[in-house]
Amino acid sequence: MQLTNRSKVVSNKKMSFAEKLYLPAIVKGLAITMSHFFRKPATISYPEEQRYIAPVWRGKHVLKRDANGAENCTACGLCAVACPAEAITMTAAERKPGEEHMYREEKYAAVYEINMLRCIFCGLCEEACPKEAIFLTPELVPSYLNRDEFIYGKDKLVEPIDKRVDITQRQKHLVEKKQ
Amino acid sequence: MVEYIFYALSVICIACALLVVFSKNPIHSVLYLILAFFAIAGHYVLLNAQFLAVVHIIVYAGAIMVLFLFVIMLLNLNAETEPHKNMLTKIMATVSGGLLLVTLVGSFRAAGQVEMVNLDNSNIGTIENLGKVLFNDFLLPFEISSVLFLSAMIGAVILGKKQLS
Amino acid sequence: MGIELLIFKSILVLVVFTITLTIAAYSTYGERKIAAFLQDRIGPNRAGPFGIFQPVADGGKMFLKEEIIPADASAFLFVLGPSLAMLTALMTGVVIPWGDTLTLNGVEYSLQITDLNIGVLYIFGVVSFGVYGIMIGGWSSNNKFSLLGAIRASAQMISYELAMGLSIVALIMTTGTLSIKEIVDQQATWHWNILYQPLGFLIFMICAFAECNRAPFDLAECETELVGGYHTEYSSMKLGFYLFAEYINMFISSALMASLYFGGYNFPFMNSLGLDQNMVTILGTVVFFGKVFFFIFFFMWIRWTIPRFRYDQLMRLGWQSLIPLAILNILLTGIFTMREELKNWLFN
Repeated sequence: MQLTNRSKVVSNKKMSFAEKLYLPAIVKGLAITMSHFFRKPATISYPEEQRYIAPVWRGKHVLKRDANGAENCTACGLCAVACPAEAITMTAAERKPGEEHMYREEKYAAVYEINMLRCIFCGLCEEACPKEAIFLTPELVPSYLNRDEFIYGKDKLVEPIDKRVDITQRQKHLVEKKQ
Repeated sequence: MVEYIFYALSVICIACALLVVFSKNPIHSVLYLILAFFAIAGHYVLLNAQFLAVVHIIVYAGAIMVLFLFVIMLLNLNAETEPHKNMLTKIMATVSGGLLLVTLVGSFRAAGQVEMVNLDNSNIGTIENLGKVLFNDFLLPFEISSVLFLSAMIGAVILGKKQLS
Repeated sequence: MGIELLIFKSILVLVVFTITLTIAAYSTYGERKIAAFLQDRIGPNRAGPFGIFQPVADGGKMFLKEEIIPADASAFLFVLGPSLAMLTALMTGVVIPWGDTLTLNGVEYSLQITDLNIGVLYIFGVVSFGVYGIMIGGWSSNNKFSLLGAIRASAQMISYELAMGLSIVALIMTTGTLSIKEIVDQQATWHWNILYQPLGFLIFMICAFAECNRAPFDLAECETELVGGYHTEYSSMKLGFYLFAEYINMFISSALMASLYFGGYNFPFMNSLGLDQNMVTILGTVVFFGKVFFFIFFFMWIRWTIPRFRYDQLMRLGWQSLIPLAILNILLTGIFTMREELKNWLFN
């Protein structure tokens, strides 16, 4: 059975004298490398130049705050259930009086951890989230020397109040996807 | 000046030759032998025989000693693997070595005082003169020695060839 | 020897030494750049503009690294190995004519450190001695991979020295001298030896690749089989010496190929330009270095094109192809030089 027509029949026949000399083959090889000498390099000098990243590209997660700066997450656990890699764990806690400016609803996540080594960046958590609390950003997860450092807690995930993360592109995409 | 260099080279040469015999490790022996060859090459240069000096280095230090070293490395000989010699062998070796020394000393005494040869012609050792001497005065021995090499080569090829049964 | 000549020669030695080391250092940079270009990459570009300070950074790194001498290694030989490699690499530059004569204040100075009447043999002597650096280093490391690398290197060098010597014999038959300066002078303007000895040059070049342990003959240090070959156990500047010696050898063999087969400092129309002698000499030196750089480039071009030989292929090429070819070349050269006598002998 022939699946493709790209297969090549290999033969072990005796080489002719010209082939045994190898010199024509070497010259041919040199010509090929020389043609590459003048070609444009394929390198992208990373920190200065960056490859185009699609707006819907899925990278590091962010836990959003609402307009008043209170955390959206209510620790319902739907993202952890949806996660196919079981990368998300959380501990819920009850909001105490006086913390209204910090947490939007009565329940909040006291601990929220994503293991970036397990995460496959599929985006199911943001689809599962009923509160629009978790989103994936186009940011990269950097590399570390220790495995512990890949477990991102709330200190790394929750967006800072003074440095909001823009996820409008992502939101639009999710809305389109859910319809 | 030349005399001092001569004595320096001689001391190096004899010291290295002794170390070849005395060092436990065969690799060190070979390395001392190479140094001795270099000292001898220095003597050739003092005698205005640059060609011989260079050929000496190429052939002895560059080829034969590399093969020696090569074989010793392959066999992995070192101080530990040296076989233990019994008393009888040691006595025999001492006696035969002493006899050789006596013979050498005797022959040197018999030869008498050697006159230092002063070389007037500084071109005596150049390759042109050597070639002329080799191909005029010593043509027959030269060619016969080349036949000797050829026979050695053929012998090596026969030894190296696989047995065709 | 006049004091002026002594000063001139000392300066020349220093200049040649500096140039050799600089070129060797920048060959590492060139190697990486050329490899990058041949593979559609950019190469080192961080240290200074276009990365031109890369060799300085590499050298600094080499010097500052920890120096390790294995516990079971014989320390003296372990240090002697790279020193010998460096010594033999630097010794060959002495007999290469870097240029014609310069006339300063009415005194002629030759741009060659010393014109030995056995220059070609001197180079052979030094090159044949060069294998000791690798062998001693490989053996004294007390490491199986190093030993295998050293044995491979020495077997390879012995095998290819023969063919190299035989290819040079044919050249000496046409030139009739062993002095490199005279060989270069015979090739004035365009009478380059490559025109008379194309086969000899090919053999010489292949053997030069093998003698320098360069790809496709770098079996002594092939990473895929022997970790690092003979310098597996080396670190710091001792490793640097080995690597440096390889690049110096490459530079010297390029210079040798340029002077023996490609006319050295001679270039076509050098005498019909109407320039004075000093200008022609300087121009000749520039041309000579141009040729040398071309060969260095060629060395690298080959390295990044042709895969490494298998060991049995290497030995077969050396003993069964190159040596018979070199002997054939000697025969052909002999017939060519004696053609008049042969004609008389055959037809009378």
